[in-house]
Parts: sequence; C-alpha cells; structure tokens
Amino acid sequence: MHINFEDERPIFIQIAEGIEDAILTGAFSESSQIPSITELSVSYKINPATALKGISILVDDGIIFKKRGVGMFVAPGAVSKLRNKRKELFFDHYIKKLIEEAKKLGISNAEILRMVERGYKE
Amino acid sequence: MNGIEIKNVTKTFGDTLALNEVSLKFDPHKIYGLLGRNGAGKSTLLNIITNRLFADSGDITIDGLASVENDQAQNKVYLMSEKNLYPGSMSCKEAFKWSQSFYPNFDIDYALNIARLFGLDPKKKIRALSTGYSSIFKIVIALSVNTPYVLFDEPVLGLDANHRELFYKLLIEKYSENTFTAIISTHLIDEISTLLESVMIIKNGEILVNAACETLLSKGYSVTGTTTHVDDFIQDKDVIGIDTLGGLKTATLIGDLDKNNLPEGLEITSLDLQKLFIKLTNEE
Repeated sequence: MHINFEDERPIFIQIAEGIEDAILTGAFSESSQIPSITELSVSYKINPATALKGISILVDDGIIFKKRGVGMFVAPGAVSKLRNKRKELFFDHYIKKLIEEAKKLGISNAEILRMVERGYKE
Repeated sequence: MNGIEIKNVTKTFGDTLALNEVSLKFDPHKIYGLLGRNGAGKSTLLNIITNRLFADSGDITIDGLASVENDQAQNKVYLMSEKNLYPGSMSCKEAFKWSQSFYPNFDIDYALNIARLFGLDPKKKIRALSTGYSSIFKIVIALSVNTPYVLFDEPVLGLDANHRELFYKLLIEKYSENTFTAIISTHLIDEISTLLESVMIIKNGEILVNAACETLLSKGYSVTGTTTHVDDFIQDKDVIGIDTLGGLKTATLIGDLDKNNLPEGLEITSLDLQKLFIKLTNEE
C-alpha cells in the first residue's frame, strides 16, 4: 500500500483506497484481519484521526467490520462490492482523464480506440 | 473548561513586541503544529504557558486553572525546550529518576526502553551528549512524562533522518495508545504535516492562521497559465503569492475552488503545508 503525500487527494481517502486495493489484489482476504488504527498511523506517519476517518468510509460501505476488542476485518463479499464500485468510478477516473489528455495532444476518437485495442493485445 | 486557553497575551522585550494580543485555544487530545519563522514568537508563547517567561498582559488558563505561579496548573504541562535545564554532571538515568519526583506519572521503564531504541546510553553524563543526543535525551523525557499537555519546541534539532522518523513514530504510537495534547513547534514542516490535526501560524507576534490542517490544505491552491489567463482568474480572489517564469504565471490563492467552473488553459495544483506556509509568511 502506497500513500503519496504529493497527491491532491486527502490522505484519508488514500488510506481507504489503499486498503481497497489490498482487498482487491487479495493481500487482505475476505474475513481476514486488517492492521489496527495505531499500526496504520505509525507505519504511514499520519495522525490517528486521519487513519480512523479513512477506515470509517470502509466501515460505512460495509467493506470492513469491527469486532469490539478484537480488531477490524474484511467483510465477506467485500471483493465483489468493491469491483462494482470501482467500475462505476472507472469512467470518471480514467476515461475522462484519457480524453482530456487526448484532446490536448490532438488524438482523435478513432486513434484512441486503436490504441486501446493494441493495449489489450500486448 | 478543558484545554489551554490564551487570552490577549502581550509580551515585549525592550522595544521589541514579541507577542501582540495573542488569543487562541489548544483543545485536549489533539496534535497541534505551532509554525512560524525565526523570531515569530513561538518559543516566547511556549515559555509563557510554562512560566519560564511572564506576559506583560493577558491571561492563560490550563484546564481552567490560572497558569501563573500555580503548581496545580503547571503539573499538567511539560515543555521540551532548546535549553537544557538538567545539571550537566547528572547521568541520563539519574535525570529520568529526578523527573519522576516532579512528574509522578513519569514512566522510567518506557524512558529506558526508548532510549535504547535511539541508541542513547543512560549511563552517559548529560554534559557529554552531542547536539543530536542532547535533543534525543529531551525527547525521551518528553515522551515519558505522561502529562496531559506536552509542548515540543524544535524537538528534532540536530537529529538525523532515522532518528527523526523514530521520534515521529513513537509520538504517534504514544498518542494513539494514551491520548494527550501535543503542541509541536518546528521548521521541518514537510516531515510533520501529516501528523498534525490543527495548525497555528504565528507571524510577527500575531496569529496569522488557526485552522484544522485538512481545512487549511483544502483551501490553498495554485493556478498556472499565461499571464492574461491567470490575471483574469485571480481578479476577485485572495492571492497570497505570485511567481512568473517568462510568459507563464503561477498564482497562489486561498479560498474555495469551484472545480466544475474552471476556465480553459489554466492548470490547478494543490498545495502542501510547507508551500502554503512559505507563501503566507513571506515578507513582501
């Protein structure tokens, strides 16, 4: 998990997304325990309130659940939930940016499609 | 009333106005950054809170108790300052024991444990410590006193990168296990910005900024583009800095940015705390 402090997005969002990525790649599998707030804060050198804010997003989304006195765990079904959520964001995060940059460079719609096809083949 | 409350504090040294009617409040259980350029008044403020200096006028209360010559109030606060107040002939371990007689919650086992992590020999005499280890010795005490308020004045002076990293990690660990209020005055803003919940910036003895770190960062941004584009954009905005490079102009602004309503040809970048600090405290 990587936190980029140069990134414009707030750190708590990056913490949430970092954990989401770890769940999607299987580094944190469903029903397994994730690091505590203290562990996250210490290893990323961030205020515990920031880490807690990031985790709260995942708890609210039903990705993470807390067991009192034990710790925090990945919810069963978290992976498919995350995939659906990420697919919805795919257009905003990637396609819009791609088109923006393409316009700057004068790349046409047809050219982009050819590049995508090439990318899939490689 | 909880927290450290500072009301209209003024302090002069001869003709120099060090603090001018400063009012602010440090809430319990938060990590504060007290930032300012050299001579801005940071140390003066911390020294007044802890009775090492006295204000010309104004009041300070600590958890509702008057701070001046009041042991009950002062026992709640520890100031790690640049000055070493321990006798040089004392060993570090003796100093830890001595500290315990003033601060009953001082944790000697913890102090010895973290001294070992820093590679500080507890048998060493205080006067024999290098600049870096002298800071480490003071850090060890500050992290072990367990007072509700711990004030750090330039805590990482002379520390190498590894030891600074260790200090930040121990501070967070300590803070998340048993929360207290930390007020940290430092020039190494980049290193500490992610630890801070709130930021106070002092300039020429006055409070320039007093805001939650996240709020402050979300309001600072810069726009880059051609001079005409940028000039048009910044007309009705709060500009804190301008840089030009040939025909390219970058303006640093404070305010809410409407991301959906940006003119063409302008590039927006967010600011980190250090950049924001530099722009805000630059003398014109």
